Amino acid sequence: MIELNQFLILSALLFSIGVIGIFLNRKNVIIILMSIEIILLAVNINLVSFSYFLNDLTGQIFSLFVLTVAAAEAAIGLAILVIYNRNAGSIEIEKINTLKG
Amino acid sequence: MENILHIIPEIFIFCSALILLILGLFIKNIKLINNLAILSLLIAVALVINQPYQSIYLNSYVIDEFSSLFKIMIFIGSIVTLVMFVSSREDLHINLYEFPILILFSTLGMMVMVSANDLLAMFIGLELQSLSLYVLAALNRNSLLSSEAGIKYFILGALSSGLLLFGISYIYGFSGNTNFNLIAVNYNSESLGLLIGIVFVLAGLAFKVSAVPFHMWTPDVYQGAPTPITAFFALAPKIAAMGLLVRFLFNSFGELYLDWQQIIFFISIASMMLAAFAAIAQTNIKRLMAYSSIGHIGYALIGVACVSSEGLRSLLIYLMIYLVMNISVFTVILSLKRNDAYFENISDLSGMYKNHPFTTILVALMMFSLAGIPPLAGFFGKFYIFVAALESNMVFLAVIGIIASVISAFYYLRIVKIMYFDEPKEEFDGVNIRSLQVLFYPSSFLVILFFIYPAPIIQLSEYAIKSFY
Repeated sequence: MIELNQFLILSALLFSIGVIGIFLNRKNVIIILMSIEIILLAVNINLVSFSYFLNDLTGQIFSLFVLTVAAAEAAIGLAILVIYNRNAGSIEIEKINTLKG
Repeated sequence: MENILHIIPEIFIFCSALILLILGLFIKNIKLINNLAILSLLIAVALVINQPYQSIYLNSYVIDEFSSLFKIMIFIGSIVTLVMFVSSREDLHINLYEFPILILFSTLGMMVMVSANDLLAMFIGLELQSLSLYVLAALNRNSLLSSEAGIKYFILGALSSGLLLFGISYIYGFSGNTNFNLIAVNYNSESLGLLIGIVFVLAGLAFKVSAVPFHMWTPDVYQGAPTPITAFFALAPKIAAMGLLVRFLFNSFGELYLDWQQIIFFISIASMMLAAFAAIAQTNIKRLMAYSSIGHIGYALIGVACVSSEGLRSLLIYLMIYLVMNISVFTVILSLKRNDAYFENISDLSGMYKNHPFTTILVALMMFSLAGIPPLAGFFGKFYIFVAALESNMVFLAVIGIIASVISAFYYLRIVKIMYFDEPKEEFDGVNIRSLQVLFYPSSFLVILFFIYPAPIIQLSEYAIKSFY
């Protein structure tokens, strides 16, 4: 029987991978989008496992909402990325520095 | 059917956004669409005022004095943005009918945020608001700056949603509920998991109000986004997120305040100090306003950190005054236009006194008000905040706040100096269009004449905190 702790550790690891992926990655923005997805999926693991161990359906319903929002977020992120790529000619993170001060 | 009638303002905004979306496909008159959007927001104001106070949908959605006041502030912010859009849409290359519709959708999201009494409703409201704002920031599709602002806002915003959700999942897991009131009844105050949850949710919300450790998107997005949208960022979403923050903390963790008070304490001090120092070096006026808004959020957070009815009351007074001051300042930024080109640098203001004496006097008074110099409205906002801090024995916070506002007076007064004493440049178009005049003059006079009759605003805030005390 897998215990709640193990699920929590798994999701905390995935969450950390996602956050570290956003900050360490110096190549391109697509990787950041993937990291954001990982973060949201880690949250889903949390919600579903809590829901199972609490015998309460709310967490699973919540996770469905999270999935829906994640899809919308990815769509908007890619759309903004396309616009940016058209204007700047690249999506390299180190070159996203026109605005500073 | 009766169930739907409880949230008639939300339903109304939602339906009008959808109808305008379809109308926009067939009618090429963007101004008409925009005016219809303004009309529907005005109708929504009337609907919100006449709404009976109750909590509905298994207590997950609350309509009370607090949420109604916040909704009206949000409506004012949205209407102002739409009025600004009328005059600037062609020169800023944002002449798209999606603009009013996206504003309506994010207004809907903010309405859900301030009424939410459940983690799920809170999350959905926040996301509806943020997703519309990401698109708005990148609305000028041919500008590198605008799309860069969009991409920065999107990445950091999505990260903050992730943090918020992670916190939500822990709060749910360790209290077994998503409803704020049920969380308050059921949590175990010894539990470390709950504390982790609170910290993560506060991090996500601090991002939305742009308080200091999570402020780095603000200057870039303010500078890159087209000016009416920058005004919208400064006016509505921060106020809505502040309302959500207050309801989340006071309804679900009111008893646990010793745990979160120190977090608010820290981000409040950090916001005030960082904004005061970082704004000094700015050359772009929109960037400067970004730092200014970070600082103002810092002062407003003092009101939350007090955890008292005086604190909340002063927070509401502060937010109302902040709203009016920002309307005036952003209208002026929008009027710095010459030969269909907009100017955003502080140096462009030099010698404005020669060409626009009356406008310049009002702008100078607005700067004094932002700096907190009596007898202008900004002073009273800060005064109530500091009094509330002293009454709850947070002397340190009040002292830091006063020091920060003295330092920040430097960069506000620098603008006044540049406008009055530097070499004059060519004339701007100025506040010459009726759509700008209806925003600029009333908001400026409200700020200047506030001290004569402050009673309505104070009574309004007393009335609104009845939901908590």
